[in-house]
Amino acid sequence: MSTDTKKVLFGPVVDNNPIALQVLGVCSALAVTSSLQNALVMTIAVMLVTGFSNLFISLIRNQIPSSVRIIVQMAIIASLVIVVDQVLKAFSYQLSKELSVFIGLIITNCIVMGRAEAFAMKEKPGVSFLDGIGNGLGYGAVLMVVAFFRELFGFGTLFGFEVFPLIQNDGWYQGNGLLVLPFSSFFIIGLIIWSIRQWKPEQVEKD
Amino acid sequence: MSSNKETFGKTIGFVFIICLVCAALVSISAVGLKPLQTANKLLDKQTKILETAGLLELAGNDIVATYNQRVDAKMIDLATGKVVEGDVNTFEERADARDKAKSSKPENDIAGLNRRADKAVVYFVKDEQGKIATIVLPIVGSGLWDLMYGFVGLESDMNTVKSLVYSDLKETPGLGAEVLNPKWKALWPGKKMFNEQNDIAIKLVKGGAKAGDIHGVDALSGATLTSNGVERTLHFWLGKEGYGPFITNYRAGGLN
Repeated sequence: MSTDTKKVLFGPVVDNNPIALQVLGVCSALAVTSSLQNALVMTIAVMLVTGFSNLFISLIRNQIPSSVRIIVQMAIIASLVIVVDQVLKAFSYQLSKELSVFIGLIITNCIVMGRAEAFAMKEKPGVSFLDGIGNGLGYGAVLMVVAFFRELFGFGTLFGFEVFPLIQNDGWYQGNGLLVLPFSSFFIIGLIIWSIRQWKPEQVEKD
Repeated sequence: MSSNKETFGKTIGFVFIICLVCAALVSISAVGLKPLQTANKLLDKQTKILETAGLLELAGNDIVATYNQRVDAKMIDLATGKVVEGDVNTFEERADARDKAKSSKPENDIAGLNRRADKAVVYFVKDEQGKIATIVLPIVGSGLWDLMYGFVGLESDMNTVKSLVYSDLKETPGLGAEVLNPKWKALWPGKKMFNEQNDIAIKLVKGGAKAGDIHGVDALSGATLTSNGVERTLHFWLGKEGYGPFITNYRAGGLN
């Protein structure tokens, strides 16, 4: 892998993270992070949608009339999201029952539109695809970290396996009621953004 | 970008082609995956019914075969409580409830349903000898956030609870969604829905039911509204606007 490809693919994980630096897609990050399993499926779904929407939009970027480009991007993204939702319903009914509304809401995830408009409209298909996958990874990395803390301290489990036995189940751990609720992700995402900016001070905005 | 060579006709043509391609993609995936999705949905329902009847362990990986062997689904008319003709596989309570011709407004809508379908599908689950051991009744009612769907299993006296299994809900994880906790579900078997006067007596008790209380189940801590929802849903569906007439008929031995 050349350094350029690497930068496109892995850059969004820390250096240019869609949630932490661009602060996009936060709403779904709040909703689906109550368990690692949900976060993982959501990550994969978003990765596929951003990757392929970038690919298709980049393929036709020279044909898209600029007056209707947003609508065209939207149509492509919406179709991909519906396909992902249908596939999930067909192959993993239980998960789709838990995630369903949020899979549909990938359409409104600003990361997908943002990358289509800012990257895929200018760049070649191959590199656009990688950029989409990379941004999906960056989104997923934050999701997984948030879900790790929420599931571990909220429910005492990781991927559904018991780590801290809960009092309800005759254990000793009192689940943290705050972390069970979606808005607790704000605190965790805030702490993640702060830690990344401590590590890489160049990300701090100038006043 | 191609703004310089843009014409009205070209734009319309391009959008038309994009729409066509996208529509084709969506239709193919929706139609192509439909059989799998329907099968999944049915399997999920059958699993929940077997769980309500306490046959899940016995069924193991062979849900469909066990279901076909043990479960007898019948459509009933809720107002009369009699068995009627109807396709039990395609029936959906909420779909019928949206249809004014197939539903009615309950007088005392404690379950927060707005409308209730006129018909219902009940499941008779047989034991090894072919005798009816459990009657599984689908229930639906408002929780805190949205409708909660589930099944209540009654023994053949139509009074003793076998189990209460929720299959679909949007309650808060860790609080209201604790209705799915196996420890809470384990409180239900053996409870009596009706008292000696045959009034609905089942209740969820805040702070915990007294030991030996055959009508009381611990309410969920931190989830008063969900607990109220569960209690009202049960009262509605066991009452005269729910399965009441059916329960009376069944006890009298005259279903048809």
